[in-house]
Amino acid sequence: MNPSAATRRPPLIRCREVRKSFNGVEVLRGVCLDVARGEVVCIIGPSGSGKSTLLRCINGLARIDGGSIHVDGLDVHDPATDRLALRRKVGMVFQQYNLFPHKTVLKNIMMAPLHVLREPRAEVEARARALIAKVRLQGKEDAYPGELSGGQQQRVAIARSLAMRPEVMLFDEVTAALDPETVSEVLVTIRELAAEGMTCVLVTHEMGFAREVADHVYFTDAGLIVEHAPAADFFNRPHDPRTQAFLAKVL
Amino acid sequence: MMEALARWFADLHERTGINLVVFYDPFDAARFFRGVLLTVEMAALCIVASVLIGAVGAWLQGSRWRCVRALVNAYVELVRNTPSMIQLYFLFFGLGPYIAAHNAHGQAEPLISGFTWAVVCFSFYTGAFNTETFRAGIDAVPRQTEEAAESLGYTRLGAYLYVVLPLALRISFPALSNNLVNLIKMTSVAYAIAVPEILYVSNQIWSDALNVPEMMNVVLVSYVLLVSGFNALMARIERRLRVPGLGC
Ligand SMILES: Nc1ncnc2c1ncn2[C@@H]1O[C@H](COP(=O)(O)OP(=O)(O)OP(=O)(O)O)[C@@H](O)[C@H]1O
Ligand SMILES: [Mg+2]
Repeated sequence: MNPSAATRRPPLIRCREVRKSFNGVEVLRGVCLDVARGEVVCIIGPSGSGKSTLLRCINGLARIDGGSIHVDGLDVHDPATDRLALRRKVGMVFQQYNLFPHKTVLKNIMMAPLHVLREPRAEVEARARALIAKVRLQGKEDAYPGELSGGQQQRVAIARSLAMRPEVMLFDEVTAALDPETVSEVLVTIRELAAEGMTCVLVTHEMGFAREVADHVYFTDAGLIVEHAPAADFFNRPHDPRTQAFLAKVL
Repeated sequence: MMEALARWFADLHERTGINLVVFYDPFDAARFFRGVLLTVEMAALCIVASVLIGAVGAWLQGSRWRCVRALVNAYVELVRNTPSMIQLYFLFFGLGPYIAAHNAHGQAEPLISGFTWAVVCFSFYTGAFNTETFRAGIDAVPRQTEEAAESLGYTRLGAYLYVVLPLALRISFPALSNNLVNLIKMTSVAYAIAVPEILYVSNQIWSDALNVPEMMNVVLVSYVLLVSGFNALMARIERRLRVPGLGC
């Protein structure tokens, strides 16, 4: 995307010196990260480096111990911040799909808009059906999650998040639990979202995909952002030896 | 049809001395039927109340505040470690006299009937067991499923009501059924405070007709039928709740 457009407005997500510990062990040790509106950011890094934790802090599922996170001007960890306003802006898709197993595909997508946003049923259903078409699951409206493949479930999870009309989508290794054959069907969906201008933050081990869709790539190691750069620069000319070692291993 | 049946039972009494009076005497039949209805009514009220108590109790057991959790645990322990009949006596004879009003003649009259005390007692008794049962079910719901709901904007209570509890209910359904069958059987304890349920009206009948062994058969069979009917109902509900890919 056009870099000048990205810098003109304040970033949609702004993390400053974010710190987070679990039982005295610091997992995030001062992370700074900006995501502009419409930008696709990939976060890569070795296992245990704090990528999931960072995403969970961005949508307030985990508290932070220091620093600040703002999403569209909302201070995520200010107790006075309207939780619902934040969650409406941020959609999240998980590695394990985490669909509601007792509800059909259509209901999974409709539940939050009905219960949380209290929108009219007819409108919500129309939107849900459109989203099902968008993720190419027509005909599966009345199936239960347990009747779907991993790739299908993950696409339902994406549609379920989109039904809340978020401003940014967080994807946490959403293809990591899938068979290699079904990975691509989920990536297609994400690629389309990115092309439509949805702001996306992706934690991924799919380097080829990161290289293709990302505007900007962050590399984390041991709770720190070691290096970040526009995607092309990042993959072609990594600076930090840790990044180089990691890329040499996974590429 | 009914008349023919009644005549057959009356005849049986004359021929063999087996006195199943509730099947041929209109007065005793009505009396017994009212007892059955009262048992069913008491059980139905207790089932609804105890399931609600269990759902609320299990929610409070997951509370952030230690004192709330401690209070719920104390309730569960107290109920589980004392006999239901002692609890009923405690409520009816221990608390009941203090909750009374004076009538026009200046006499104290209890405000709460034996029936109501029994419903309260058995609801809280079974509610304690349901709390534990639901808690176990809730603990079996993956934490991530709840987080998915929260990340969609559900409050903790919303996530509990729409996601966690429905899943926990399915997981703990067999144990819940078991608690509720025990509850139905427990309603006979209300006999002890003269609530005219099945056992109490049967006692009245056998005192009048002097047919103790026959009435014991009638009482036993009545409970067999009641509980079988309830089990059939629960099996139906379980089938309706069953969802593909969810192991229950
Ligand atoms: N709820 C938790 N309690 C305790 N420790 C945790 C918790 N969540 C994460 N951690 C620890 O924090 C560290 C970072 O975890 P995180 O899941 O963020 O890493 P990650 O980069 O997402 O790794 P992966 O690529 O394996 O998903 C790990 O050492 C992990 O053990
Ligand atoms: Mg992770």
